[in-house]
Amino acid sequence: MSQTQRTLIRGAHVLGGAPGDVLIDGGAIAEVGTGLPAEGARVIDAAGLVLLPGLVDLHTHLREPGREDSETVLTGTRAAAAGGFTAVHAMANTFPVADTAGVVEQVWRLGRESGYCDVQPVGAVTVGLEGKQLAELGAMHDSAAGVVVFSDDGKCVDDAVIMRRALEYVKAFDGVIAQHAQEPRLTEGAQMNEGVVSAELGLTGWPAVAEEAIIARDVLLAAHVGSRVHVCHLSTAGSVELVRWAKSKGWNVTAEVTPHHLLLTDDLVRSYDPVFKVNPPLRTEADVLALREALADGTIDCVATDHAPHPHEDKDCEWGAAAMGMIGLETALSVVQHAMVDTGLLDWAAVADRMSARPAAIGRLAGHGRPIAPGEPANLTLVDPAHRAVVEPTAFVSRSRNTPYRGLELPGRVVHTFLRGRATVLDGELA
Amino acid sequence: MKRHLISATDLTRDDAVLILDTAEELARVADRPIKKLPTLRGRTVVNLFFEDSTRTRISFEAAAKRLSADVINFSAKGSSVSKGESLKDTALTLEAMGADAVVIRHHDSGAPHRLATSDWIGGCVVNAGDGTHEHPTQALLDAFTLRRRLTEGPNGGVGGDLEGRRVTIVGDILHSRVARSNLHLLTTLGAEVTVVAPPTLLPIGVAHWPCAVSYDLDSVLSKSDAVMMLRVQRERMNAAYFPTEREYARRYGLDGDRMARMPEHAVVMHPGPMNRGMEITAEVADSPRCTAVEQVSGGVSVRMAVLYLLLGGAGPADTTPADTTRSDENGQPA
Repeated sequence: MSQTQRTLIRGAHVLGGAPGDVLIDGGAIAEVGTGLPAEGARVIDAAGLVLLPGLVDLHTHLREPGREDSETVLTGTRAAAAGGFTAVHAMANTFPVADTAGVVEQVWRLGRESGYCDVQPVGAVTVGLEGKQLAELGAMHDSAAGVVVFSDDGKCVDDAVIMRRALEYVKAFDGVIAQHAQEPRLTEGAQMNEGVVSAELGLTGWPAVAEEAIIARDVLLAAHVGSRVHVCHLSTAGSVELVRWAKSKGWNVTAEVTPHHLLLTDDLVRSYDPVFKVNPPLRTEADVLALREALADGTIDCVATDHAPHPHEDKDCEWGAAAMGMIGLETALSVVQHAMVDTGLLDWAAVADRMSARPAAIGRLAGHGRPIAPGEPANLTLVDPAHRAVVEPTAFVSRSRNTPYRGLELPGRVVHTFLRGRATVLDGELA
Repeated sequence: MKRHLISATDLTRDDAVLILDTAEELARVADRPIKKLPTLRGRTVVNLFFEDSTRTRISFEAAAKRLSADVINFSAKGSSVSKGESLKDTALTLEAMGADAVVIRHHDSGAPHRLATSDWIGGCVVNAGDGTHEHPTQALLDAFTLRRRLTEGPNGGVGGDLEGRRVTIVGDILHSRVARSNLHLLTTLGAEVTVVAPPTLLPIGVAHWPCAVSYDLDSVLSKSDAVMMLRVQRERMNAAYFPTEREYARRYGLDGDRMARMPEHAVVMHPGPMNRGMEITAEVADSPRCTAVEQVSGGVSVRMAVLYLLLGGAGPADTTPADTTRSDENGQPA
């Protein structure tokens, strides 16, 4: 390795612990310790910064191919890097749908070309996300993209037989079905969480039971066929109870929660501002507290952004006409710090677990979510937890602006991100 | 008063009484040979209707015209306007035309709120019914009718509210913007509200509403000063909200027998259009206790009052007529 590829991170709080130095040589961590010599290395003064493994997102909508007006693989991975991510899973609901080896390889290749963040395509479970016929899961797995996670996200695999077969089929290559748990009949025309606020606002409700009924069914199916299921964007206290129960049985169930479901409630819908329109919808305070507790105790394995970019006009309209979804890559870590770290629910080592190690393990992503130790890939993120800033959407790297946090002061700032030793973010700027 | 009328909750008790009192004054104009006042001359009122409506639109139109406003009717029905862009672009167009008030009916709950809180438009916004959310002028005209009918004495309750009156609202509460606005306004005016419906047609969360809830119409009839019957769409039974029209009518419809069990002074209300034979029998609909027609005529006065107070001023109405030649009988303000 040439000397120019050596970087010394000096004085960082490794996983929030005591200050230490990390020497990167080429794409790997060469040494971890204190008082490491800077000789020949670029020195990053990391005093006051927390060093984490590069974040891994299990749930990102990069929109390419098909909706490049809202995001592309390039803009989305730039946003990911800015948010401290070194790997994202690109959801399959593109146009065309990522339901063939050809499409997942295209997305994978675009990710490689971008260079900002590893892109691991997610394959569709069924052809066209239609829920009727299994997509060629094996072909997607065997492709260059090496797909492990399959999801019809945006739609639920609601047919119990299709879900059962998918769970069984992916056992052949250690795949996982990531379910968007939404019973379709119970959510026809649904606009927001069903409860006190929907009754007042006259918006069609999306009841918690529509999520919980599918989760209950799916954990039983996964147990029955001995496969593994992952629950996308779990949003209710009842879902937490179901996952907790399934895990207590020893079943192979994992779950994710989005940053927005850790912070925001359906009270915000009173504004009728579509930036708060998302699927699953914002729930109640009691749900938010249950989700935080579940993330803290490990019932919920990880945080996933469900970064869902939409063009301005799809949100600059009346509630009923607006698209569902919010962007989240660039605010995820700040929201997690605000909701989980500053509240004392998680320490930084646990944040590293929930936002890097566990999602990487669920997606079987080698090279990500690894310990900060010699010989490991230098996928690293440095965050300044003392920084506070008001969220200003025009400052985002993402092509879209549909954030629910506009005007909110949040803690934490990603200062540097390294992907295999190369800085993708340096001093808060994309490198 | 607030600048816009989006929800019945925008109104304080005093705001609501002022509107009702103003409407009473303006109602007298309707009895004159010349029904027009000059109050809003030179002002532009746009009726922006994204959803079919006959009575509400013509009621607002008549109200604005009687106040001498220029009225533009904009019907943006269905497919000709693309979803999403339509409200904003239409609003910008109206703004460019100099609309002082926009009366909006929209199929999406919250669309008027969105219009009022966006920077798309500068004029005041009046909600003429949004999705399954609210229909505040309907609630005002219902209160106007109720106050007249339920108050003893010659002045029809002017200056007063509905303190202690018991109002029962029956029918498709879940999908009813009329029910939501009435609930809020009646509560603000001191009335006690009971909603009655099959459990399928009550929203989850109704327990948090400031009203009593019953599944049994017969048990509340004798304790009601007014029974408000809501239109129930026959299509609801296809979505399993109730089994058949006949069963609905038997359990929740108002017929002569049930009406006879109401107190003697109690009235039957209906916002229209009625499904005769469904929620109300012809016998009840055509009885003198049914206020459906009165509600419509009160609607014009109430909407005049709302437009006057939002666009004109905060004080009592100047009911000097628009023409310069006055006859003795309509010459002086009330």
